[in-house]
Amino acid sequence: MARKAAAKPAQSNVPEFTKEQELEAFREMLLIRRFEEKAGQMYGMGLIGGFCHLYIGQEAVVTGITMASKKGEDAQITGYRDHGHMLVMGLDPKGVMAELTGRRGGLSKGKGGSMHMFSNEHRFYGGNGIVGAQVSLGTGLAFASKYRGDNTVSISYFGDGASNQGQVYESFNMAKLWNLPAVYIIENNRYGMGTSVERASGQPNLSRRGEGFDIPGEQVDGMDVRLVHDAAKRAIEHARSGKGPYILEMLTYRYRGHSMSDPAKYRSKDEVATMRAERDPIEQVKNRILEKRYGTEESLKEIENEIRAIVTEAADFATSDPEPDASELYTDIYAA
Amino acid sequence: MPTILMPALSPTMEEGKLAKWLVKVGDTVKPGDVLAEIETDKATMEVESVDSGKVVDILIAEGTEGVKVNTPIAQVQAEGETLEAAPGAKSAPETAEATAVPAAETVPSMAAVPAAPKFEAQADPDLPAGVEMVEMTVRQALNEAMAEEMRRDKDIFLMGEEVAEYQGAYKISQGLLQEFGPQRVIDTPITEHGFAGIAVGAAFAGLRPIVEFMTWNFAMQAIDQIINSAAKQLYMSGGQVSAPIVFRGPNGAAARVGAQHSQDFSAWYSSVPGLYVVAPFSAADAKGLLKAAIRSNTPVVFLENEILYGSTGLVPKVDDYVLPIGKARVARQGKDVTIVSFSMGMRYATQATEKLVAAGLDVELIDLRTLRPMDSATVIESVKKTGRLVTVEEGWPQNGVGAELVARVVAEAFDYLDAPPLRVTGKDVPMPYAANLEKLALPSTDEVIAAVNSVTYRS
Repeated sequence: MARKAAAKPAQSNVPEFTKEQELEAFREMLLIRRFEEKAGQMYGMGLIGGFCHLYIGQEAVVTGITMASKKGEDAQITGYRDHGHMLVMGLDPKGVMAELTGRRGGLSKGKGGSMHMFSNEHRFYGGNGIVGAQVSLGTGLAFASKYRGDNTVSISYFGDGASNQGQVYESFNMAKLWNLPAVYIIENNRYGMGTSVERASGQPNLSRRGEGFDIPGEQVDGMDVRLVHDAAKRAIEHARSGKGPYILEMLTYRYRGHSMSDPAKYRSKDEVATMRAERDPIEQVKNRILEKRYGTEESLKEIENEIRAIVTEAADFATSDPEPDASELYTDIYAA
Repeated sequence: MPTILMPALSPTMEEGKLAKWLVKVGDTVKPGDVLAEIETDKATMEVESVDSGKVVDILIAEGTEGVKVNTPIAQVQAEGETLEAAPGAKSAPETAEATAVPAAETVPSMAAVPAAPKFEAQADPDLPAGVEMVEMTVRQALNEAMAEEMRRDKDIFLMGEEVAEYQGAYKISQGLLQEFGPQRVIDTPITEHGFAGIAVGAAFAGLRPIVEFMTWNFAMQAIDQIINSAAKQLYMSGGQVSAPIVFRGPNGAAARVGAQHSQDFSAWYSSVPGLYVVAPFSAADAKGLLKAAIRSNTPVVFLENEILYGSTGLVPKVDDYVLPIGKARVARQGKDVTIVSFSMGMRYATQATEKLVAAGLDVELIDLRTLRPMDSATVIESVKKTGRLVTVEEGWPQNGVGAELVARVVAEAFDYLDAPPLRVTGKDVPMPYAANLEKLALPSTDEVIAAVNSVTYRS
């Protein structure tokens, strides 16, 4: 399979992280991992309803990109697999978890759910449930950046599945036509629900999807946070300097099913096990931290415990916070 | 001590088979380790550990069928559990009873459904005495509304096909490029879905886009962004992110352009909560309501009509002519019968009214102007006076605006009705091309007169 070669491109000059960067990446990715595991467990207990798409396995993508962006200034938008994005962007884990359980303290007051959370303050624009729609919306965020001349960029994440939607290409065209500061991140986790990239895409190298619009693209090992970060710096700088849009195809992998109710029969257990054993983004960082003596087993354990406490606090809040008041049914429909 | 519970794999799963244990008592597990496989009639799935620690007890043997969701199936002693409160243990319920409590909370309580709030529309602003009235076309009125608002607020921009250099497919944007420049009057490629989404994204970021669709027929390509992204955004975000945007363009039948270019979307959009839907008839209303739409923080679907673009009316010459969204206009007061219409339907209704009044009938004619929020209060008040109702629209009959009006009147003014309300609508067919068939497919003045005669029992 071509993917195997592509999933681990030969990387000679891997840009090294500083100690601070390694520890930041470890902490952010572990928070996503533990948060999502807890969300999965709570889904299993019936505390979370509907759809719940976990980000486990893909943590390096949003972590590396956000580390390369201006947090709180650059806009980010994604599809429905959005919990990790919010955690890395600094949204309150309690608010995210309480939204998953549909409680009044959720980021959307319990009215949005897993796929619909937003923050003007952090410049996170969802959390969008319609596959591909976030690409046009994210291009609109880039349009606003350019219109205002505020030197920010817009980062739009979408999956390999979404990369076949028509509006993605309508957006690519206008982004290039108007040279908008748009960075497109294709999170290629190999499967659009249960359909592999090979069974869905005429050109499975998705980094080339911008060629017809003269948009540069790169394929990146999305399991190595250093490579993600390095590519993101290039892409963001390109967009910020007025050169227009840039595409990064992140070769990543989701360990869990498409959503919680996905039996994942379309891939082998070996495939999943191999990725987890050999390519896990968090283990990679952890091993480097230990090798380079940026930390010890004990100091990392301490970080683990801190994160566990954050997740426990979020879960406790999300189970004890009351449901929204019935009067909320008719609020927030029309803007004042 | 963390208790592992039988998980639900889908919102509907109630029980399953514990097919296989992949750990045994005494094993050390860490988060992500697969503990067991469970089977339902639909799938086999793995149960992963969320905790670190040692498996101290397995409570359900492998091969057991019909294990209810949330039954404890194993116990794990968390690392360091004796030293401190086990991380994660607090939220993992100790017993099945404990689990049942939070799970039960998610069952929707049968609290009474709160009443929908009533929309309170404001009255039209009072005009200064002796105000000059200027005759202009609907086209000029729309153009003035955009130009005035764009002068007021630099965040407002106009985007669409042929809006700039071509000066607008229907010349609504004539001169705007020259005055505001290409940064604010933007020609798009022919790509409705894409540019509608871009405009909504720009609105999320605080700009105030006006999106011109060359016709609403083409906006079907973009309806996902209008409804799923714009209309629902404020609600889905718990009030945090709004989409102040106007989608506008000609709606309904033009003349002899066939089925795909001749459709009235009034009923479609006016069924969607989170949108305002405006459909003016007169030049004054076109101007005052478009200015209101551009100032609205709620997304607005603004339905114009190509045939009305060239029709003239008197527009008050005041500095800032802004009309309230959600308020119907009583175009003629009368006591014998109520005719309600909007947009192009008002032309048939007005002509019919003139003839009926000449024949001695005192007609009350109401122009809805806004379809959502719908000012049914004005209609109901009128019907309480006249006892008779005829609605007129170009759209199809099923689930139309007339159907909605009749339902509201029947529910709220049944005892006042002296005759069954009647609807005059476009016929229940795709729009034909042939001139004679097209005429038959559209409502007509004669049909309005016939309907009024019917509800007033005149022959």
